[in-house]
Amino acid sequence: MHRATIPPIGTDIAWRNAARDFLAAGIPPDQILWGAHGSAPDLFGAETAITPSATATVPRSFIALAQTVVWHSDPERFARLYAFLWRVKDAPHLMTDRGDAGLSRLRQMEKNVRRCQHKMKAFVRYREIGPPDATRRSFAAWFEPTHHTIEPTSSFFVRRFADMDWRILTPDVSAIFENGTLSFQEGHVKPALPDDASEQLWITYFRNIFNPARLKVSAMQSEMPKKYWKNMPEAASIPDMIANAPARALAMAQAAPSLPPARMAQVQAQLATCHSAWDGPKGTLPAAISACTRCPLHQTATQAVAGEGPADADLMIVGEQPGDMEDLSGKPFVGPAGQVFDRVAGEARLDRNQAYVTNAVKHFKFTARGKRRLHQRPNTSEIQHCRWWLDAEITQVKPKLILAMGATAAQSLTGSGEGITRRRGTIEHSLTGTPVLITLHPSYLLRVRDPKTQQQAHSEFQQDLLTAVRFLSDNQAQAE
Amino acid sequence: MARQTLDQKLAILSDAAKYDASCASSGSTKRDSRDGKSLGSNEGSGICHAYAPDGRCISLLKILMTNFCIYDCSYCINRVSSNVTRARFSVDEVVKLTIEFYRRNYIEGLFLSSGVIRSPDATMSDMVQIARKLRHEENFRGYIHLKTIPDAAPELIAEAGLLADRLSINVELPTDAAVQQYAPEKKPDQIRKAMADVRLRKDAGKEKSYTGKRPPRFAPAGQSTQMIIGADGSNDATVLGQSTRLYSSYKLKRVYYSAFSPIPDSSSKLPLISPPLQREHRLYQADWLLRFYDFQLDEITSVTTDGNLDLEVDPKLAWALVHREIFPLDVNRASREMLLRVPGFGVKTVSRILTTRRHRLLRYEDLQRMGASMKKAKTFITAGGWSPGSLIDSVNLRAKFTPPPEQLALF
Repeated sequence: MHRATIPPIGTDIAWRNAARDFLAAGIPPDQILWGAHGSAPDLFGAETAITPSATATVPRSFIALAQTVVWHSDPERFARLYAFLWRVKDAPHLMTDRGDAGLSRLRQMEKNVRRCQHKMKAFVRYREIGPPDATRRSFAAWFEPTHHTIEPTSSFFVRRFADMDWRILTPDVSAIFENGTLSFQEGHVKPALPDDASEQLWITYFRNIFNPARLKVSAMQSEMPKKYWKNMPEAASIPDMIANAPARALAMAQAAPSLPPARMAQVQAQLATCHSAWDGPKGTLPAAISACTRCPLHQTATQAVAGEGPADADLMIVGEQPGDMEDLSGKPFVGPAGQVFDRVAGEARLDRNQAYVTNAVKHFKFTARGKRRLHQRPNTSEIQHCRWWLDAEITQVKPKLILAMGATAAQSLTGSGEGITRRRGTIEHSLTGTPVLITLHPSYLLRVRDPKTQQQAHSEFQQDLLTAVRFLSDNQAQAE
Repeated sequence: MARQTLDQKLAILSDAAKYDASCASSGSTKRDSRDGKSLGSNEGSGICHAYAPDGRCISLLKILMTNFCIYDCSYCINRVSSNVTRARFSVDEVVKLTIEFYRRNYIEGLFLSSGVIRSPDATMSDMVQIARKLRHEENFRGYIHLKTIPDAAPELIAEAGLLADRLSINVELPTDAAVQQYAPEKKPDQIRKAMADVRLRKDAGKEKSYTGKRPPRFAPAGQSTQMIIGADGSNDATVLGQSTRLYSSYKLKRVYYSAFSPIPDSSSKLPLISPPLQREHRLYQADWLLRFYDFQLDEITSVTTDGNLDLEVDPKLAWALVHREIFPLDVNRASREMLLRVPGFGVKTVSRILTTRRHRLLRYEDLQRMGASMKKAKTFITAGGWSPGSLIDSVNLRAKFTPPPEQLALF
């Protein structure tokens, strides 16, 4: 029989070294006694004939598991780990078998230790033990963890509180951090820590952040078990807070007055009834558009996107509606379709900055799919509502030609959005008489997959832009 | 009036802040103070340093800079027409409280909000000054969450995002109409524009320059928002519809649902009820199904006729009970998408099932060890050594999961 005594400080390294040697020497689990049995003078008791024959390899995930489980308070932890190690050396796939009883037990223990570590990070409460104006202040805490978690958790406190001295004393092992050096000691009794004025402020905060109308004691206790309460200054207030909560909630309800519900919705509905045409003062149109609530789209979109460009432009370009990027930034045609437009317009020598660029519908319509917004085509009623704004823009800009891109723009301007592929490249007239050149929407160029169709769509779109440029230069020549 | 002490101010201004549900301190950049010149660390996962008897986690020092406010939002204790006692912290007081609490391991950081005083810009610039002082003078590396004021100047928001880990703006109520009714000075479109602005700045912070350098990260823990539930008449379908839109539009980290709770000195405009805590809980469950379980909004809300979630059983179970035709599922063969739909199976359980079944046949006991809640799941699955038989078709299946009927009090 072999014997291994594992010390309370540096447990993880000691167990790992011992287990490695046993495994390499091929000693089965039932031949080893683990733990602090009596006072063994050295690691292997009377047995000295350990001759590691070969180096053993085990899955990395097992090492990580073992480094946590060794801190569990279960006296059988070393034996359980070695028993599983013995099995896993020949069957590494066991590490991914969550149904295995041995692994399941170890994972449960790992979880217990992790939780204990987490609670230690949360519930340690320092009190100041040095002068508050010292350049390096010093604090101390008394804590009683369930497992041996002080050593694996102390690095967290080093990372967090490196600019002060601190000590966390426990009945088991204590961590002391002084002038940037961490050390561990055994055997401390509960010290009498001096009173701390900030503790009173903390209790005040704890008492006041609590909402007596939503008492959920079991939810509190499952996350902050009673065993921790004795070392937490605020916990003394809990019984009192619970006892007074129903009376406080009742007082709040009784003190409140009651009056009939507001009739605001009705008034708002009346306000929303619209006039025939927008007739606001010059320059206020963008502000009026962004305040629009004529159709429900404004409730879901970020903002209305008004048109952009010179107020006396010869060419007005009308798209369908703002997309994801346009909705966020408030500018028309800045997303992927806008980039396609800019590229083709560059090829056709059409200067976008000389044109007034806008959309038939001013708010983005979409459905939410997880983290993305999927564009949805506006319906006839939304197009009708928004035509009011498009008409206002046309009246202001008075363009010589309107380029209607896609079915929605065509429908808004000419009253019909049917058969765009057939009608594209032709010049029709808007409901108010302005010439309208119908073309494809640039997003169509992005949507088609087939390279041949894409090539054709691209050249058609380019031709239409050239037609627009030619129309405007002819128009100018006639005027001169 | 006598001068208020720090303790009195803290009592008033923490009491005023408790209606904000968020207290998260997770998901920011990793950093520590091992250099010995600064204070604090952030390790990705948040820590709840205490729990109040309302079951809520206390992770941050959640206070208002001041509870004076020029707005009149009827659900809010700090509205201008309320008779609550008013107080105001100085910049140094907030900084001192944060640092002293942090050094004693009471908190992960600061969650600073404020009533609007003088003007939105003046309020926001005081809040930014607190964050600046904490970061640059006290070298504080803990967590900072700033509530932004929607119509504050863009430079202030830009600086706030560089100093804080998280920014948030509350949409307050599920519909625009409700906001206009109960918070007449707040503009829903302005709130959305502010959220869009934060998202754009955050996206811009990810792009590298031509030299490969990254700009400083903007609000690394993202943005969140809060909706009050039960103050207006919106049903759960409306609430969840609003939150899916918010998630997809502004890449929010979280939408918090806050059951409307009576406040001392409440307004006459609002219902005087005990907070609908169960409804709030079901909304969070539905929110999780939408984000992590590939459920679509209409699947969850079409289970009942009135568009509200079933209060007696959780939304996934409610969905499964009306879609019994696809169950029982064989855990040894079903796809990940289908396994995620089994009541009692979480995302972790499902991934454990998928890795383990590569090696061998899964039995009923294996599932128990993998963390599945078999009380719910057993009806909906078959596994090695287990078949639910006719359980799935039994008429009183729903009754097995609902809480037992309670006798009314006799007196």
